[in-house]
Amino acid sequence: MNRAWLLARRRILSSIPVLLIVVIGTFFLLEMASGDAVDAYLVTLGGDAGLAQSLRERYGLDQSALARLWLYAGSLARLDLGFSVAFNRPILDLILERLPNTLWLMGSAIAMAFTFGTLFGIVAGARPGSAADRALSIGSLALYAVPSFWLGLVLSLVFAVQLRWFPTAGIETIASGKTGFARALDIARHLVLPVSALGFIYLALFLRMMRAGMAEVWRQDFVLAARAKGLARRRIVLRHVARNALLPLVTMLGLQAATMLGGSVVIESVFAIPGFGRLAHEAVAARDAPLLMGIIVVSAVLVIVVNLLVDLAYAWLDPRVGSGEASS
Amino acid sequence: MTTTLATLRGLSVSYRREGAQTFALRDVDLDIATGGRLAIIGESGSGKSTLALALAGLLPPEASLAGTIDWPGLDHVPVAGRDIGMVFQDPGSSLNPVLTIGEQVSEGAVRHLRLGRATARQRALDLLARVRIPQPQAALAAYPHQFSGGQRQRIAIACAIAASPRLLIADEATSALDMIVQAEITELLDTLVREDGMSLVFITHDIALAAKLADRIAVFRDATLVEVGPARQVLARPSQDYTRSLIATHIDFSAPRLIDERA
Repeated sequence: MNRAWLLARRRILSSIPVLLIVVIGTFFLLEMASGDAVDAYLVTLGGDAGLAQSLRERYGLDQSALARLWLYAGSLARLDLGFSVAFNRPILDLILERLPNTLWLMGSAIAMAFTFGTLFGIVAGARPGSAADRALSIGSLALYAVPSFWLGLVLSLVFAVQLRWFPTAGIETIASGKTGFARALDIARHLVLPVSALGFIYLALFLRMMRAGMAEVWRQDFVLAARAKGLARRRIVLRHVARNALLPLVTMLGLQAATMLGGSVVIESVFAIPGFGRLAHEAVAARDAPLLMGIIVVSAVLVIVVNLLVDLAYAWLDPRVGSGEASS
Repeated sequence: MTTTLATLRGLSVSYRREGAQTFALRDVDLDIATGGRLAIIGESGSGKSTLALALAGLLPPEASLAGTIDWPGLDHVPVAGRDIGMVFQDPGSSLNPVLTIGEQVSEGAVRHLRLGRATARQRALDLLARVRIPQPQAALAAYPHQFSGGQRQRIAIACAIAASPRLLIADEATSALDMIVQAEITELLDTLVREDGMSLVFITHDIALAAKLADRIAVFRDATLVEVGPARQVLARPSQDYTRSLIATHIDFSAPRLIDERA
Protein backbone atom coordinates (compact mmCIF):
# COMPACT_ATOMS: atom_id res chain seq x y z
CA MET A 1 0.00 0.00 0.00
CA ASN A 2 1.89 2.96 -1.33
CA ARG A 3 -0.22 5.63 0.36
CA ALA A 4 0.40 4.12 3.80
CA TRP A 5 4.14 3.88 3.21
CA LEU A 6 4.38 7.53 2.18
CA LEU A 7 2.40 8.54 5.24
CA ALA A 8 4.54 6.40 7.56
CA ARG A 9 7.75 7.82 6.15
CA ARG A 10 6.54 11.39 6.55
CA ARG A 11 5.44 10.79 10.14
CA ILE A 12 8.69 9.05 11.12
CA LEU A 13 10.75 11.92 9.72
CA SER A 14 8.64 14.51 11.51
CA SER A 15 8.94 12.63 14.80
CA ILE A 16 12.73 13.19 14.93
CA PRO A 17 12.48 16.91 15.79
CA VAL A 18 9.69 16.07 18.23
CA LEU A 19 11.99 13.70 20.09
CA LEU A 20 14.81 16.25 20.07
CA ILE A 21 12.54 18.88 21.57
CA VAL A 22 11.38 16.43 24.25
CA VAL A 23 14.96 15.50 25.16
CA ILE A 24 16.31 19.06 25.27
CA GLY A 25 13.21 20.45 26.98
CA THR A 26 13.12 17.79 29.68
CA PHE A 27 16.85 18.04 30.25
CA PHE A 28 16.71 21.75 31.01
CA LEU A 29 13.51 21.40 32.98
CA LEU A 30 15.18 18.86 35.26
CA GLU A 31 18.26 21.09 35.32
CA MET A 32 16.15 23.91 36.74
CA ALA A 33 14.90 21.76 39.61
CA SER A 34 17.09 22.09 42.66
CA GLY A 35 18.84 19.04 44.04
CA ASP A 36 20.37 16.05 42.29
CA ALA A 37 21.06 12.38 42.92
CA VAL A 38 24.01 13.26 45.15
CA ASP A 39 21.74 15.32 47.41
CA ALA A 40 19.26 12.47 47.63
CA TYR A 41 22.11 10.09 48.40
CA LEU A 42 23.49 12.27 51.15
CA VAL A 43 20.06 12.76 52.70
CA THR A 44 19.68 9.02 53.22
CA LEU A 45 23.26 8.02 53.96
CA GLY A 46 24.81 11.21 55.34
CA GLY A 47 28.15 12.78 54.45
CA ASP A 48 29.90 16.12 54.25
CA ALA A 49 30.46 18.71 51.54
CA GLY A 50 33.75 17.08 50.55
CA LEU A 51 32.06 13.77 49.82
CA ALA A 52 29.40 15.59 47.80
CA GLN A 53 32.09 17.34 45.82
CA SER A 54 33.99 14.15 45.03
CA LEU A 55 30.78 12.26 44.11
CA ARG A 56 29.76 15.06 41.74
CA GLU A 57 33.18 14.95 40.10
CA ARG A 58 33.02 11.20 39.75
CA TYR A 59 29.63 11.26 38.02
CA GLY A 60 30.46 14.29 35.89
CA LEU A 61 27.81 16.41 37.60
CA ASP A 62 30.27 19.31 37.96
CA GLN A 63 30.43 19.84 34.21
CA SER A 64 28.36 22.48 32.41
CA ALA A 65 24.75 21.70 31.50
CA LEU A 66 25.46 21.90 27.76
CA ALA A 67 28.36 19.50 28.00
CA ARG A 68 26.22 17.03 29.91
CA LEU A 69 23.34 17.42 27.41
CA TRP A 70 25.78 16.66 24.60
CA LEU A 71 27.05 13.58 26.44
CA TYR A 72 23.50 12.44 27.14
CA ALA A 73 22.34 12.91 23.54
CA GLY A 74 25.39 11.01 22.36
CA SER A 75 24.67 8.01 24.55
CA LEU A 76 20.95 8.18 23.66
CA ALA A 77 21.93 7.82 20.01
CA ARG A 78 23.64 4.55 21.00
CA LEU A 79 20.43 3.50 22.82
CA ASP A 80 22.27 3.84 26.13
CA LEU A 81 19.92 5.42 28.69
CA GLY A 82 22.53 5.47 31.44
CA PHE A 83 22.66 4.03 34.93
CA SER A 84 20.14 4.45 37.72
CA VAL A 85 21.76 5.45 40.99
CA ALA A 86 18.57 4.78 42.94
CA PHE A 87 18.14 1.21 41.71
CA ASN A 88 21.81 0.53 41.07
CA ARG A 89 20.93 -0.95 37.65
CA PRO A 90 21.10 0.12 34.00
CA ILE A 91 18.08 2.28 33.19
CA LEU A 92 17.24 0.39 29.99
CA ASP A 93 16.96 -2.89 31.94
CA LEU A 94 14.68 -1.27 34.51
CA ILE A 95 12.42 0.19 31.82
CA LEU A 96 12.26 -3.01 29.81
CA GLU A 97 11.29 -4.86 32.97
CA ARG A 98 8.49 -2.43 33.92
CA LEU A 99 7.21 -1.38 30.51
CA PRO A 100 5.43 -4.65 29.55
CA ASN A 101 3.21 -4.48 32.65
CA THR A 102 2.08 -0.98 31.72
CA LEU A 103 1.65 -1.89 28.07
CA TRP A 104 -0.59 -4.80 29.04
CA LEU A 105 -2.58 -2.57 31.36
CA MET A 106 -2.92 0.27 28.86
CA GLY A 107 -3.40 -1.92 25.82
CA SER A 108 -6.16 -3.94 27.46
CA ALA A 109 -7.83 -0.82 28.84
CA ILE A 110 -7.74 0.96 25.45
CA ALA A 111 -8.93 -2.14 23.60
CA MET A 112 -11.77 -2.70 26.09
CA ALA A 113 -12.79 0.97 26.08
CA PHE A 114 -12.65 1.28 22.30
CA THR A 115 -14.50 -1.95 21.57
CA PHE A 116 -17.32 -1.54 24.07
CA GLY A 117 -17.46 2.24 23.73
CA THR A 118 -17.92 1.88 19.97
CA LEU A 119 -20.45 -0.94 20.25
CA PHE A 120 -22.60 0.83 22.85
CA GLY A 121 -22.16 4.08 20.92
CA ILE A 122 -23.59 2.38 17.83
CA VAL A 123 -26.53 1.09 19.87
CA ALA A 124 -27.17 4.58 21.24
CA GLY A 125 -26.55 6.34 17.93
CA ALA A 126 -28.65 3.93 15.87
CA ARG A 127 -31.75 5.75 17.09
CA PRO A 128 -30.86 9.09 18.66
CA GLY A 129 -33.46 9.97 21.28
CA SER A 130 -34.62 6.39 21.83
CA ALA A 131 -34.88 4.79 25.27
CA ALA A 132 -31.67 2.81 24.71
CA ASP A 133 -29.90 6.01 23.69
CA ARG A 134 -31.07 7.90 26.76
CA ALA A 135 -30.13 5.09 29.14
CA LEU A 136 -26.67 4.70 27.62
CA SER A 137 -26.06 8.45 27.47
CA ILE A 138 -26.95 8.95 31.12
CA GLY A 139 -24.97 5.86 32.14
CA SER A 140 -21.89 6.98 30.26
CA LEU A 141 -22.10 10.47 31.71
CA ALA A 142 -22.20 9.00 35.23
CA LEU A 143 -19.25 6.76 34.42
CA TYR A 144 -17.35 9.67 32.90
CA ALA A 145 -17.84 11.74 36.05
CA VAL A 146 -16.26 9.12 38.33
CA PRO A 147 -12.51 9.61 38.98
CA SER A 148 -10.54 6.50 38.03
CA PHE A 149 -8.63 6.19 41.32
CA TRP A 150 -11.92 6.18 43.26
CA LEU A 151 -13.43 3.67 40.84
CA GLY A 152 -10.29 1.56 41.31
CA LEU A 153 -10.61 1.62 45.10
CA VAL A 154 -14.31 0.75 45.01
CA LEU A 155 -13.83 -2.06 42.48
CA SER A 156 -10.99 -3.41 44.58
CA LEU A 157 -13.06 -3.21 47.77
CA VAL A 158 -16.11 -4.93 46.29
CA PHE A 159 -14.69 -7.52 43.90
CA ALA A 160 -11.34 -8.26 45.51
CA VAL A 161 -11.74 -7.71 49.23
CA GLN A 162 -15.39 -8.67 49.81
CA LEU A 163 -16.32 -11.01 46.97
CA ARG A 164 -12.76 -12.30 46.50
CA TRP A 165 -13.34 -12.83 42.79
CA PHE A 166 -10.11 -11.17 41.76
CA PRO A 167 -6.74 -10.56 43.43
CA THR A 168 -6.33 -7.20 45.16
CA ALA A 169 -2.96 -6.22 43.80
CA GLY A 170 0.04 -7.05 41.68
CA ILE A 171 0.41 -8.18 38.11
CA GLU A 172 0.76 -11.92 38.78
CA THR A 173 0.92 -14.34 41.68
CA ILE A 174 4.44 -14.05 43.03
CA ALA A 175 6.57 -17.19 42.91
CA SER A 176 3.69 -19.31 41.65
CA GLY A 177 5.96 -20.93 39.09
CA LYS A 178 3.20 -20.81 36.49
CA THR A 179 4.17 -20.85 32.83
CA GLY A 180 2.52 -20.55 29.46
CA PHE A 181 -1.26 -20.44 29.38
CA ALA A 182 -1.68 -20.76 33.16
CA ARG A 183 0.55 -17.72 33.64
CA ALA A 184 -1.34 -15.73 30.99
CA LEU A 185 -4.60 -16.58 32.75
CA ASP A 186 -3.11 -15.53 36.08
CA ILE A 187 -1.99 -12.16 34.64
CA ALA A 188 -5.42 -11.68 33.01
CA ARG A 189 -7.12 -12.27 36.38
CA HIS A 190 -4.86 -9.68 37.96
CA LEU A 191 -5.59 -7.20 35.19
CA VAL A 192 -9.41 -7.31 35.26
CA LEU A 193 -9.90 -4.73 37.99
CA PRO A 194 -7.14 -2.26 37.05
CA VAL A 195 -8.16 -2.43 33.38
CA SER A 196 -11.77 -1.71 34.35
CA ALA A 197 -10.76 1.17 36.60
CA LEU A 198 -8.52 2.71 33.95
CA GLY A 199 -10.69 1.93 30.94
CA PHE A 200 -14.24 2.72 32.03
CA ILE A 201 -13.76 6.46 31.79
CA TYR A 202 -12.47 6.06 28.22
CA LEU A 203 -15.28 3.68 27.42
CA ALA A 204 -17.70 6.44 28.40
CA LEU A 205 -15.74 8.92 26.32
CA PHE A 206 -15.74 6.73 23.22
CA LEU A 207 -19.41 5.92 23.67
CA ARG A 208 -20.34 9.57 23.83
CA MET A 209 -18.15 10.47 20.85
CA MET A 210 -19.55 7.64 18.75
CA ARG A 211 -23.10 8.56 19.67
CA ALA A 212 -22.57 12.25 18.89
CA GLY A 213 -20.76 11.40 15.67
CA MET A 214 -23.59 9.16 14.51
CA ALA A 215 -26.22 11.77 15.36
CA GLU A 216 -24.24 14.10 13.11
CA VAL A 217 -23.86 11.61 10.25
CA TRP A 218 -27.60 10.80 10.26
CA ARG A 219 -28.19 14.31 8.91
CA GLN A 220 -25.86 13.81 5.93
CA ASP A 221 -27.19 13.58 2.40
CA PHE A 222 -25.64 10.19 1.73
CA VAL A 223 -27.69 8.68 4.55
CA LEU A 224 -30.87 9.98 2.92
CA ALA A 225 -29.54 8.55 -0.36
CA ALA A 226 -28.96 5.21 1.37
CA ARG A 227 -32.54 5.29 2.68
CA ALA A 228 -33.74 6.16 -0.83
CA LYS A 229 -32.02 2.99 -2.04
CA GLY A 230 -34.30 1.09 0.32
CA LEU A 231 -31.41 -0.55 2.15
CA ALA A 232 -31.96 -2.57 5.31
CA ARG A 233 -31.78 -0.42 8.42
CA ARG A 234 -28.96 -2.55 9.78
CA ARG A 235 -26.86 -1.83 6.72
CA ILE A 236 -27.57 1.91 6.87
CA VAL A 237 -26.62 2.04 10.56
CA LEU A 238 -23.42 0.01 10.21
CA ARG A 239 -22.05 0.69 6.73
CA HIS A 240 -23.16 4.25 6.22
CA VAL A 241 -23.60 5.91 9.60
CA ALA A 242 -21.30 4.07 12.02
CA ARG A 243 -18.56 3.63 9.41
CA ASN A 244 -18.24 7.39 9.02
CA ALA A 245 -18.71 8.19 12.70
CA LEU A 246 -15.81 5.86 13.53
CA LEU A 247 -13.20 8.16 11.95
CA PRO A 248 -12.93 10.82 14.69
CA LEU A 249 -12.80 8.05 17.30
CA VAL A 250 -9.64 6.68 15.74
CA THR A 251 -7.99 10.10 16.03
CA MET A 252 -9.16 10.27 19.63
CA LEU A 253 -7.59 6.88 20.27
CA GLY A 254 -4.15 8.30 19.50
CA LEU A 255 -4.67 11.37 21.64
CA GLN A 256 -5.96 9.35 24.57
CA ALA A 257 -2.97 6.99 24.54
CA ALA A 258 -0.83 9.79 25.96
CA THR A 259 -3.40 10.69 28.61
CA MET A 260 -3.76 7.07 29.56
CA LEU A 261 -0.02 6.76 30.19
CA GLY A 262 -0.47 9.44 32.84
CA GLY A 263 -3.60 7.80 34.21
CA SER A 264 -1.84 4.48 34.60
CA VAL A 265 0.47 6.04 37.24
CA VAL A 266 -2.53 6.38 39.54
CA ILE A 267 -4.00 2.97 38.75
CA GLU A 268 -0.64 1.25 39.14
CA SER A 269 -0.37 2.81 42.60
CA VAL A 270 -3.88 1.72 43.61
CA PHE A 271 -3.35 -1.87 42.46
CA ALA A 272 0.36 -2.09 43.30
CA ILE A 273 1.36 -3.02 39.77
CA PRO A 274 5.11 -2.68 39.21
CA GLY A 275 4.70 -0.68 36.00
CA PHE A 276 6.13 2.22 34.14
CA GLY A 277 4.06 4.85 35.91
CA ARG A 278 5.14 3.62 39.33
CA LEU A 279 8.73 3.69 38.13
CA ALA A 280 8.33 7.36 37.20
CA HIS A 281 6.97 8.05 40.67
CA GLU A 282 9.89 6.23 42.27
CA ALA A 283 12.37 8.08 40.07
CA VAL A 284 11.01 11.43 41.24
CA ALA A 285 11.04 10.35 44.88
CA ALA A 286 14.68 9.26 44.60
CA ARG A 287 15.66 12.40 42.60
CA ASP A 288 16.99 10.06 39.95
CA ALA A 289 17.08 12.54 37.05
CA PRO A 290 18.64 10.18 34.46
CA LEU A 291 15.99 7.56 35.19
CA LEU A 292 13.23 10.16 34.88
CA MET A 293 14.77 11.38 31.63
CA GLY A 294 14.86 7.83 30.32
CA ILE A 295 11.22 7.29 31.28
CA ILE A 296 10.14 10.50 29.57
CA VAL A 297 12.08 9.72 26.39
CA VAL A 298 10.64 6.20 26.20
CA SER A 299 7.14 7.59 26.87
CA ALA A 300 7.61 10.06 24.03
CA VAL A 301 8.69 7.27 21.68
CA LEU A 302 5.70 5.21 22.81
CA VAL A 303 3.24 8.03 22.12
CA ILE A 304 4.84 8.69 18.72
CA VAL A 305 4.61 5.00 17.79
CA VAL A 306 0.98 4.75 18.92
CA ASN A 307 0.08 7.84 16.90
CA LEU A 308 1.88 6.47 13.86
CA LEU A 309 -0.18 3.29 14.11
CA VAL A 310 -3.33 5.36 14.59
CA ASP A 311 -2.50 7.46 11.54
CA LEU A 312 -2.02 4.33 9.46
CA ALA A 313 -5.32 2.91 10.71
CA TYR A 314 -7.02 6.20 9.87
CA ALA A 315 -5.55 6.21 6.37
CA TRP A 316 -6.80 2.66 5.94
CA LEU A 317 -10.31 3.65 7.09
CA ASP A 318 -10.53 6.94 5.20
CA PRO A 319 -9.59 6.73 1.53
CA ARG A 320 -9.38 10.52 1.30
CA VAL A 321 -6.28 10.73 3.52
CA GLY A 322 -3.09 11.32 1.57
CA SER A 323 -4.93 11.69 -1.73
CA GLY A 324 -4.38 15.43 -1.86
CA GLU A 325 -7.94 16.39 -0.96
CA ALA A 326 -8.26 17.87 2.48
CA SER A 327 -10.44 15.80 4.75
CA SER A 328 -12.04 16.77 7.98
CA MET B 1 -53.31 6.23 -24.24
CA THR B 2 -51.53 7.07 -21.03
CA THR B 3 -52.11 5.31 -17.76
CA THR B 4 -51.63 6.86 -14.39
CA LEU B 5 -48.71 5.76 -12.24
CA ALA B 6 -49.55 7.75 -9.13
CA THR B 7 -52.48 9.81 -7.96
CA LEU B 8 -52.10 12.39 -5.21
CA ARG B 9 -55.30 13.66 -3.63
CA GLY B 10 -55.49 16.34 -0.96
CA LEU B 11 -51.89 15.69 -0.01
CA SER B 12 -50.64 17.82 2.87
CA VAL B 13 -47.38 17.54 4.76
CA SER B 14 -46.93 19.53 7.92
CA TYR B 15 -44.47 19.90 10.76
CA ARG B 16 -45.22 20.94 14.28
CA ARG B 17 -42.74 23.56 15.41
CA GLU B 18 -43.04 25.30 18.77
CA GLY B 19 -46.72 24.46 18.94
CA ALA B 20 -47.56 25.92 15.54
CA GLN B 21 -48.29 23.77 12.53
CA THR B 22 -46.33 24.75 9.43
CA PHE B 23 -47.22 23.28 6.09
CA ALA B 24 -44.55 22.09 3.69
CA LEU B 25 -47.28 20.99 1.27
CA ARG B 26 -50.92 21.94 1.39
CA ASP B 27 -53.79 20.13 -0.28
CA VAL B 28 -52.04 18.99 -3.46
CA ASP B 29 -53.96 17.14 -6.23
CA LEU B 30 -51.61 15.77 -8.87
CA ASP B 31 -51.37 12.83 -11.29
CA ILE B 32 -48.14 11.27 -12.51
CA ALA B 33 -48.53 9.50 -15.86
CA THR B 34 -46.81 6.19 -16.50
CA GLY B 35 -43.86 6.90 -18.74
CA GLY B 36 -44.46 10.63 -18.37
CA ARG B 37 -41.99 13.33 -17.54
CA LEU B 38 -43.29 15.71 -14.96
CA ALA B 39 -41.31 18.80 -14.04
CA ILE B 40 -41.98 20.29 -10.64
CA ILE B 41 -40.89 23.91 -10.61
CA GLY B 42 -40.93 26.53 -7.94
CA GLU B 43 -38.65 28.62 -5.79
CA SER B 44 -36.82 27.17 -2.81
CA GLY B 45 -39.19 26.56 0.08
CA SER B 46 -42.14 26.03 -2.26
CA GLY B 47 -42.50 22.41 -1.10
CA LYS B 48 -41.18 20.70 -4.20
CA SER B 49 -38.53 18.66 -2.38
CA THR B 50 -41.07 17.66 0.24
CA LEU B 51 -43.19 16.28 -2.58
CA ALA B 52 -40.26 14.13 -3.71
CA LEU B 53 -39.71 12.77 -0.19
CA ALA B 54 -43.44 12.12 0.25
CA LEU B 55 -43.57 10.16 -3.02
CA ALA B 56 -40.60 8.01 -2.01
CA GLY B 57 -41.89 7.55 1.54
CA LEU B 58 -38.81 9.20 2.98
CA LEU B 59 -40.40 11.96 5.04
CA PRO B 60 -38.82 12.35 8.47
CA PRO B 61 -40.83 10.76 11.31
CA GLU B 62 -41.85 14.15 12.75
CA ALA B 63 -43.68 15.06 9.53
CA SER B 64 -47.41 14.42 9.53
CA LEU B 65 -49.04 13.46 6.28
CA ALA B 66 -52.66 13.95 5.29
CA GLY B 67 -54.45 13.01 2.08
CA THR B 68 -53.64 10.04 -0.14
CA ILE B 69 -51.01 8.83 -2.58
CA ASP B 70 -52.35 5.94 -4.67
CA TRP B 71 -50.33 3.93 -7.14
CA PRO B 72 -52.74 2.60 -9.79
CA GLY B 73 -49.75 2.02 -12.08
CA LEU B 74 -48.20 -0.44 -9.63
CA ASP B 75 -49.77 -3.53 -8.13
CA HIS B 76 -48.19 -2.89 -4.74
CA VAL B 77 -47.13 -0.06 -2.48
CA PRO B 78 -43.84 1.18 -3.89
CA VAL B 79 -40.59 0.53 -2.05
CA ALA B 80 -37.91 3.22 -2.22
CA GLY B 81 -34.96 1.94 -4.18
CA ARG B 82 -36.83 -0.91 -5.86
CA ASP B 83 -39.75 0.99 -7.43
CA ILE B 84 -38.55 4.56 -6.99
CA GLY B 85 -35.03 5.76 -7.65
CA MET B 86 -33.85 9.10 -6.35
CA VAL B 87 -31.10 11.44 -7.46
CA PHE B 88 -30.22 14.32 -5.15
CA GLN B 89 -28.87 17.79 -5.68
CA ASP B 90 -25.29 17.65 -4.51
CA PRO B 91 -23.34 14.57 -5.67
CA GLY B 92 -20.49 15.71 -3.42
CA SER B 93 -22.51 14.82 -0.35
CA SER B 94 -24.98 12.22 -1.59
CA LEU B 95 -22.27 9.58 -2.00
CA ASN B 96 -20.70 7.99 1.05
CA PRO B 97 -17.07 9.19 1.10
CA VAL B 98 -15.59 6.03 2.60
CA LEU B 99 -17.26 3.27 0.59
CA THR B 100 -16.15 2.15 -2.85
CA ILE B 101 -18.19 3.13 -5.90
CA GLY B 102 -18.76 -0.55 -6.65
CA GLU B 103 -20.35 -1.15 -3.26
CA GLN B 104 -22.52 1.96 -3.42
CA VAL B 105 -23.78 1.31 -6.93
CA SER B 106 -24.58 -2.34 -6.33
CA GLU B 107 -25.96 -2.29 -2.78
CA GLY B 108 -29.48 -1.35 -3.90
CA ALA B 109 -29.49 -4.12 -6.50
CA VAL B 110 -28.11 -6.60 -3.97
CA ARG B 111 -30.94 -5.73 -1.63
CA HIS B 112 -33.85 -5.71 -4.07
CA LEU B 113 -32.78 -8.14 -6.78
CA ARG B 114 -31.08 -10.54 -4.33
CA LEU B 115 -27.85 -10.67 -6.30
CA GLY B 116 -24.76 -12.57 -5.25
CA ARG B 117 -21.33 -11.02 -5.03
CA ALA B 118 -20.25 -11.74 -8.61
CA THR B 119 -23.54 -10.78 -10.27
CA ALA B 120 -23.71 -7.61 -8.16
CA ARG B 121 -20.26 -6.67 -9.36
CA GLN B 122 -21.23 -7.30 -12.97
CA ARG B 123 -24.40 -5.27 -12.43
CA ALA B 124 -22.40 -2.33 -11.04
CA LEU B 125 -20.03 -2.57 -13.99
CA ASP B 126 -22.92 -2.47 -16.48
CA LEU B 127 -24.54 0.47 -14.68
CA LEU B 128 -21.31 2.47 -14.62
CA ALA B 129 -20.87 1.81 -18.33
CA ARG B 130 -24.45 2.90 -18.95
CA VAL B 131 -23.95 6.23 -17.22
CA ARG B 132 -20.73 6.52 -19.23
CA ILE B 133 -18.13 6.51 -16.47
CA PRO B 134 -14.73 6.08 -18.15
CA GLN B 135 -12.93 2.84 -17.20
CA PRO B 136 -15.82 1.38 -15.20
CA GLN B 137 -13.68 -1.58 -14.15
CA ALA B 138 -11.27 0.70 -12.30
CA ALA B 139 -14.10 2.87 -10.99
CA LEU B 140 -15.55 -0.06 -9.03
CA ALA B 141 -12.71 0.05 -6.52
CA ALA B 142 -12.40 3.84 -6.48
CA TYR B 143 -13.91 6.32 -4.01
CA PRO B 144 -16.16 9.35 -4.64
CA HIS B 145 -13.41 11.93 -4.09
CA GLN B 146 -11.55 10.59 -7.11
CA PHE B 147 -14.27 11.78 -9.51
CA SER B 148 -15.41 15.14 -10.81
CA GLY B 149 -18.77 16.62 -9.85
CA GLY B 150 -20.42 15.54 -13.08
CA GLN B 151 -19.03 12.02 -12.81
CA ARG B 152 -20.22 11.78 -9.22
CA GLN B 153 -23.71 12.71 -10.33
CA ARG B 154 -23.54 10.01 -13.03
CA ILE B 155 -22.55 7.54 -10.31
CA ALA B 156 -25.44 8.75 -8.13
CA ILE B 157 -27.76 8.15 -11.10
CA ALA B 158 -26.32 4.65 -11.52
CA CYS B 159 -27.11 4.06 -7.80
CA ALA B 160 -30.67 5.29 -8.32
CA ILE B 161 -31.46 3.03 -11.28
CA ALA B 162 -29.60 -0.02 -9.89
CA ALA B 163 -32.76 -1.98 -9.13
CA SER B 164 -34.57 -0.86 -12.30
CA PRO B 165 -37.20 1.36 -10.66
CA ARG B 166 -40.37 2.40 -12.49
CA LEU B 167 -40.12 6.00 -11.33
CA LEU B 168 -37.02 8.16 -11.21
CA ILE B 169 -37.14 11.29 -9.08
CA ALA B 170 -34.42 13.84 -9.76
CA ASP B 171 -34.42 16.46 -7.01
CA GLU B 172 -32.50 19.48 -8.36
CA ALA B 173 -30.12 16.91 -9.85
CA THR B 174 -28.29 19.44 -11.99
CA SER B 175 -28.37 22.64 -9.93
CA ALA B 176 -25.03 22.05 -8.22
CA LEU B 177 -23.25 21.52 -11.54
CA ASP B 178 -21.88 23.94 -14.12
CA MET B 179 -23.71 24.62 -17.37
CA ILE B 180 -21.94 22.13 -19.64
CA VAL B 181 -22.15 19.31 -17.12
CA GLN B 182 -25.80 20.22 -16.52
CA ALA B 183 -26.54 19.65 -20.18
CA GLU B 184 -24.74 16.28 -20.11
CA ILE B 185 -26.62 15.08 -17.06
CA THR B 186 -29.94 16.24 -18.52
CA GLU B 187 -29.19 14.35 -21.70
CA LEU B 188 -28.21 11.24 -19.74
CA LEU B 189 -31.44 11.33 -17.72
CA ASP B 190 -33.38 11.78 -20.96
CA THR B 191 -31.67 8.73 -22.54
CA LEU B 192 -32.06 6.48 -19.51
CA VAL B 193 -35.72 7.35 -19.02
CA ARG B 194 -36.45 6.73 -22.71
CA GLU B 195 -34.52 3.44 -22.88
CA ASP B 196 -35.99 1.95 -19.71
CA GLY B 197 -39.49 3.36 -20.08
CA MET B 198 -39.22 4.94 -16.65
CA SER B 199 -41.46 7.74 -15.47
CA LEU B 200 -39.54 10.85 -14.48
CA VAL B 201 -40.29 13.46 -11.88
CA PHE B 202 -37.83 16.27 -12.37
CA ILE B 203 -37.68 18.85 -9.61
CA THR B 204 -36.02 22.12 -10.51
CA HIS B 205 -36.12 25.85 -10.10
CA ASP B 206 -34.78 26.19 -13.63
CA ILE B 207 -37.67 26.70 -16.03
CA ALA B 208 -35.41 26.30 -19.07
CA LEU B 209 -34.47 22.78 -17.96
CA ALA B 210 -38.09 21.94 -17.31
CA ALA B 211 -38.92 23.17 -20.80
CA LYS B 212 -36.32 20.88 -22.33
CA LEU B 213 -37.04 17.72 -20.44
CA ALA B 214 -40.67 17.64 -19.35
CA ASP B 215 -43.95 16.90 -21.06
CA ARG B 216 -45.94 18.21 -18.11
CA ILE B 217 -45.12 21.00 -15.71
CA ALA B 218 -46.44 21.59 -12.20
CA VAL B 219 -45.74 24.95 -10.60
CA PHE B 220 -45.49 25.19 -6.81
CA ARG B 221 -45.51 28.23 -4.60
CA ASP B 222 -45.68 28.47 -0.81
CA ALA B 223 -46.50 24.79 -0.32
CA THR B 224 -49.39 24.81 -2.78
CA LEU B 225 -49.76 23.68 -6.36
CA VAL B 226 -50.33 26.81 -8.44
CA GLU B 227 -50.85 25.31 -11.84
CA VAL B 228 -50.30 22.08 -13.73
CA GLY B 229 -50.62 21.17 -17.40
CA PRO B 230 -48.82 20.11 -20.57
CA ALA B 231 -45.39 21.75 -20.77
CA ARG B 232 -46.08 23.69 -23.94
CA GLN B 233 -49.32 25.07 -22.59
CA VAL B 234 -47.95 26.10 -19.19
CA LEU B 235 -44.97 27.81 -20.78
CA ALA B 236 -46.83 29.48 -23.65
CA ARG B 237 -50.12 30.35 -22.03
CA PRO B 238 -49.71 30.26 -18.27
CA SER B 239 -53.02 30.64 -16.52
CA GLN B 240 -51.58 32.13 -13.35
CA ASP B 241 -49.77 35.42 -12.79
CA TYR B 242 -47.20 33.67 -10.64
CA THR B 243 -46.25 31.29 -13.46
CA ARG B 244 -46.04 34.24 -15.85
CA SER B 245 -43.65 36.09 -13.55
CA LEU B 246 -41.59 32.93 -13.03
CA ILE B 247 -41.27 32.47 -16.79
CA ALA B 248 -40.42 36.14 -17.28
CA THR B 249 -37.46 35.87 -14.93
CA HIS B 250 -36.11 32.82 -16.75
CA ILE B 251 -35.89 33.89 -20.38
CA ASP B 252 -32.43 33.14 -21.65
CA PHE B 253 -30.68 31.62 -24.64
CA SER B 254 -31.18 28.07 -23.49
CA ALA B 255 -34.96 28.34 -23.75
CA PRO B 256 -35.61 28.92 -27.42
CA ARG B 257 -39.14 27.59 -27.20
CA LEU B 258 -40.16 30.47 -24.98
CA ILE B 259 -38.69 33.12 -27.19
CA ASP B 260 -40.39 31.66 -30.27
CA GLU B 261 -43.78 31.81 -28.63
CA ARG B 262 -43.35 35.37 -27.48
CA ALA B 263 -41.86 36.79 -30.63
